[in-house]
Amino acid sequence: MSVLELKNISKRYGAIQALDNVSLAIQPGEVVGLMGDNGAGKSTLVKVIAGNFAPTSGDIFISDQKMVFHKPRDAQKAGIEVVYQDLAICNNMSAASNVFLGREPTRKIGPLRIVDYAFMRSRSAELFARLKSETRPRDLVHKMSGGQRQAVAIARTLLSDAKIVLMDEPTAAISVRQVAEVLSLIRQLSDHGIAVVLISHRMPDVFEVADKVVVLRRGELVADKMASDSSPEEVTGLITGAIEKA
Amino acid sequence: MANPTLADVINRSQHHGLIARITNQQIFWVFLAAVFACLALTMLTDSFATERNLFNVTRNFAFVGIVALGMTAVIASGGIDLSVGSTLVISAMTVSVLMSAGMPFWVGCLAALSVSLLVGAVNGVLIAYAKMPSFVVTLGMLSIARSLAMVLSDNKMIYEFGPDHDFLLWLGGGATFGLPHPLIIMIILACLTAFAFRHLRWGQHLFAIGGNENAAVLTGIPVARVKVSVYMFSALMAGIAGVLEVGWLGGVTTNLGQAMELTVIAAAVIGGANLAGGGGTAFGAVVGALLIEVIRNSLILLGISTFWQGTFVGSFIVVAVAFDRFRQRKT
Repeated sequence: MSVLELKNISKRYGAIQALDNVSLAIQPGEVVGLMGDNGAGKSTLVKVIAGNFAPTSGDIFISDQKMVFHKPRDAQKAGIEVVYQDLAICNNMSAASNVFLGREPTRKIGPLRIVDYAFMRSRSAELFARLKSETRPRDLVHKMSGGQRQAVAIARTLLSDAKIVLMDEPTAAISVRQVAEVLSLIRQLSDHGIAVVLISHRMPDVFEVADKVVVLRRGELVADKMASDSSPEEVTGLITGAIEKA
Repeated sequence: MANPTLADVINRSQHHGLIARITNQQIFWVFLAAVFACLALTMLTDSFATERNLFNVTRNFAFVGIVALGMTAVIASGGIDLSVGSTLVISAMTVSVLMSAGMPFWVGCLAALSVSLLVGAVNGVLIAYAKMPSFVVTLGMLSIARSLAMVLSDNKMIYEFGPDHDFLLWLGGGATFGLPHPLIIMIILACLTAFAFRHLRWGQHLFAIGGNENAAVLTGIPVARVKVSVYMFSALMAGIAGVLEVGWLGGVTTNLGQAMELTVIAAAVIGGANLAGGGGTAFGAVVGALLIEVIRNSLILLGISTFWQGTFVGSFIVVAVAFDRFRQRKT
């Protein structure tokens, strides 16, 4: 049973065909490297999956159930979480507050509902422990490394029972050591049975962590194969068009 | 520790020890400066530590302190409210006009606070929904609200407040247990504000918006609604200060609260509110207001020309913020 299946997804903006009959299946716990040149349709595909906009045609299945997403909230309810490139993190707040941003748990005291900091701290400490990250719940995000910030953003996706996490260029702007940290976070998600779609330009990172590589070129899916059966050279050829299809 | 428990991890934080955490706050140093100034004045002058002078100081700073609480909320959410002085006068005028026409206090007060909330709501809706810059919207409101106060009162001084005249003067100018009423009200409001900042989702959300508005939108925080509420909160504080100030002065003219927004912003900033958004405390607003009043008062008592006031207050704003920058670069 695949956790996410796309069947003949097309997206058209007027005369521009952003996605052309894309079909793809992702298994639970699978890490998929989604690659392609700028404008190849990666962001469009991610936004269709995340419910930002509906496809012109084609169907989305989550755990073999047909889904129609009208807004991002619908996709979130179905178990799809997105880690944005800028991480959507507030530097002035603690790691725990950031994990629970927008869904702060409250306790009732008389007529008041007050924010339950104790629960926020213990729950986020649990999540960081699950991710094997050394991030501390009370620390301000302001003072954290890129890897720890990623851990905060990823812990947020674990709050709700995510089935698929979409990550947009998580390793684009961080140091080599922190890249290793982020890749280990991705493996942790995968070990917990959560599928990860990793959008990245960085070939070594993708081959380091991905089970499967998917290549888009001008809106068309030109490769969908196991990473072990492919190579960075082949993928480069597929991205540029030197290799037609694989 | 080879195998830290979950509780250990939770309790770990960058700032070890209470003292390090306290000395890391700008507000701590500002508070120290205020205390030091008070001690110095007590020794240098005979007149500072008198009951009468302290009564005046505490009452004077209470008005700025109350309005600075609202300003801190606005600044922490990443905005600015230049219309507080005008909101204060329109509130003062509303309560005065109604009471002098024979209405009881509660009607006048309710109307004044409603007018203030309306001013804040207009500010908030234009900023949050029409997405106009807060500086421009509240600059416009600064002009509009004061002009409406003039229209409302026909620009006349009002000093007769009808049947509840004495009550109004008692509320703004009187004292209970030796504490001036505006001070008591400011302390209550400061406690409520501090509680809301720290313990309500509203507080979390407004600091999140000030920290990273885009993140707040993406995580589903109702950004526009929170923003409107923040400007309404600021206007309400100005409205409350307006009603109290009428009672203290015993009369009101339309130049009440003129240029007050600058003192209030100064108080908030000295107290640690970050104009870039995301930082500020209720305690800081109060201490900032206190410090400005102590500087003002001390110059008078020391016989220094009041012309120097601006220099001292202005320098303090720059020093307080420079200190904060310096500290952040160090860590």
